[in-house]
Amino acid sequence: MNFEFSEDQNMLREQAQNFLRAKSDSKAVRRILESDTPYDEVLWKGMVELGWTGVTIPEAYGGIGLGHLELCVIAEELGRTLAPTPFSSSVYLATEALLQFGSEEQKQAWLPKLAAGEVIGTVAVGEGTKAVTQSNMQVTAKDGKLSGSKLPVADGDVADFAVVIAKDSEKAASLYLVELTASGVSRETVKTLDPTRSHASVTFDGAPGELLGAAGQGWSQLEKIFDRAAILFAWEQVGGAEASLQMARDYAMGRYAFGRPIASFQAIKHKLADMYIAHTLARSNCYYGAWALSTDAPELPLAAATARVSATEAFHECSKENIQTHGGMGFTWEFDCHLFYRRSKLLSLNLGSLPRWKDMLVTRIEESNLNQASQ
Amino acid sequence: MDFSDTPQEAEFRKQARAFLDAHATPKNQAKIRKNESEADLIKRAKAWQKLKQENGWACLNWPKEYGGRGASPMELIIWGQEEARYDVPTGPFAIGLGMCGRTVIAFAGEEQKKRYLPKMASGEEIWCQLFSEPAGGSDVANLRTRAVKEGDEWVVNGQKVWTSGAQFCHYGILLTRTDPSVPKHKGLTMFIVDMKAPGVEVKPIKQASGHSGFNEVYFSDVRIPDDHRLGEVGDGWKVSIVTLMNERLAVGSAGGPDAGELLELTQTVDLDDEPAIRNKAVRDRIAAWYCEQAGLKFTKLRVQSALSRGGTPGPENSITKIVSANKLQGIGSFGMDLMDMGGILVDEQPMDGQFQAAWMSAPGYRIAGGTDEILRNIIAERVLQMPGDIRVDKDVPFSEVPQGGKS
Repeated sequence: MNFEFSEDQNMLREQAQNFLRAKSDSKAVRRILESDTPYDEVLWKGMVELGWTGVTIPEAYGGIGLGHLELCVIAEELGRTLAPTPFSSSVYLATEALLQFGSEEQKQAWLPKLAAGEVIGTVAVGEGTKAVTQSNMQVTAKDGKLSGSKLPVADGDVADFAVVIAKDSEKAASLYLVELTASGVSRETVKTLDPTRSHASVTFDGAPGELLGAAGQGWSQLEKIFDRAAILFAWEQVGGAEASLQMARDYAMGRYAFGRPIASFQAIKHKLADMYIAHTLARSNCYYGAWALSTDAPELPLAAATARVSATEAFHECSKENIQTHGGMGFTWEFDCHLFYRRSKLLSLNLGSLPRWKDMLVTRIEESNLNQASQ
Repeated sequence: MDFSDTPQEAEFRKQARAFLDAHATPKNQAKIRKNESEADLIKRAKAWQKLKQENGWACLNWPKEYGGRGASPMELIIWGQEEARYDVPTGPFAIGLGMCGRTVIAFAGEEQKKRYLPKMASGEEIWCQLFSEPAGGSDVANLRTRAVKEGDEWVVNGQKVWTSGAQFCHYGILLTRTDPSVPKHKGLTMFIVDMKAPGVEVKPIKQASGHSGFNEVYFSDVRIPDDHRLGEVGDGWKVSIVTLMNERLAVGSAGGPDAGELLELTQTVDLDDEPAIRNKAVRDRIAAWYCEQAGLKFTKLRVQSALSRGGTPGPENSITKIVSANKLQGIGSFGMDLMDMGGILVDEQPMDGQFQAAWMSAPGYRIAGGTDEILRNIIAERVLQMPGDIRVDKDVPFSEVPQGGKS
């Protein structure tokens, strides 16, 4: 049995840590937090140069053709450092969508550019503050032209193209690849609770869209894309959870009250033990997710939902209790605690809410029980 | 990453299965034994242990000369995984073989090892562990049972508590205080004690659940020869750490209904005129417990993977008991909630009453082998490297440590 990352993958992790420690430190993240700049271009360029945007893209399409385990390693480190870039939109979502459902022509047109960092992609799914459902969906497609709005769209203001889910009729939806610089597309940056990641409102007014994958299969294809991305998001969440735990621990060791480090009080020790437990459960579920993703296992939907729910809860727990451990200082703008707190909620909502994922998880447990029973 | 065995592991697993298939019944084909007497259980357990030992499947990680197999940690795990699929009685030996045996191997003289270990391995003699006392639970080192040297013997007086299986055990490892004039950790000494010796009295404890799995054990002028001492005089704490480290390996998950059983229940009972599983609040709870169950399972696999590759496992396993015991309590309670007013009934429970049984046994799991609170301390101190508690009794002679009014 081998349920660990390989030596090469761990070397990649070390390289990623060194790079991100220098390029995505608190100062760099705060530059994005406190300005209108949508993302850190210097950091992004560095990530492209390291080949991270092409990790899962085959060499034939200009990538470096490593695997999803490598991408999981990178995701964890990006989560740990809150790297303010469009990596998740472009790599976990847009690139995966093309790899899964793109035609040969679409792959050739977009994958080399994605790998080279010449373009940024995203997916456009949000329906404002309403649930993402067929009946709530505002965007319609007719004869290859899209109309309607999506909000929020992660990196929608900087992306070159988006994979958009649009209604073909009352009952059917398809995925469309839409160039966001085309006429008929307007976009506007929107405020979100995490200003270190840029989001936009994207409006289509007869914008040209190219079918991605099979017509009428939008929902099932989107579910597949989201399942794969959920595992990578979960690794970012686990990275963020561990960073929050580490911050809380370091602060508690150095902060004295009543004549001793607060880390020596059981109230604090037990809180941190609970954070460690939540983080360890999530990490182990992420290992399984990584395995399922890298082998395209039939268990992938179940593994994805498990990792997603577990990591969402762990990051939220660790980021909120990190603030609590810091006391008043944790609630200041100056301390970084709130950056992790913000990011934890952002990541948990980016692919759909926790209650929705929990519901999906149970559906998949039911299905897997049925499969086992029928075997 | 992959989940397959190495060729050697696969061969070992094949041999284990062949033995088990030949001599045991898989759990899913086994008949349910209701109201089996303790005597019958012990008889069955001894027979199974003897058969295993004769065929090289007992005490796998013990040296061969003491009745073991000299197997690797990974082989021990594989055997454990395979044996767990069969309806075989291993409970009465869990403490003796899992904890006492390793301590005897580490600290007994050669003569004692040859005398005691093979009979422990073959199931002929069952062992118990005598550490906890009324005044020393989480604070085990606060124990008061005295051993006083007289010639070549020690005379023991005092009381132990929470001793599993004392009523049918032949021997035990006993932690005593031999010097009350030094701080508490320094005045302890460990012995092998004959549970049938004059002056040893075993009284069952009736638990909150109504069952009796544990005992009080009283010692009145019990005489132990000095050659039955484990480790040096005053080194008892060091010896007990070896035992307790093995306890943490031995005490795994709290057994009982898990998310899968809860799912099964929710598919059969109705809530608001539809199967409970369709209810969003029910699904929310199942999802949370499933994530804990899966997280524990994959944490275990990470530990096993490290062992399989010859490495040392990280501290991840320290979360197992705390998570599984609390999950068990939650699932038990929620299972009964789904039966509405009838949840209180004893004889009419669906699924063999396992939810009610889980809820009744869970408080014990949260205490046995380290309370939730002690385990959180351990995670904080050993894993997160946070400071230990301030110990007001640290440099004080044991005889001067305040003990409070109640024991």
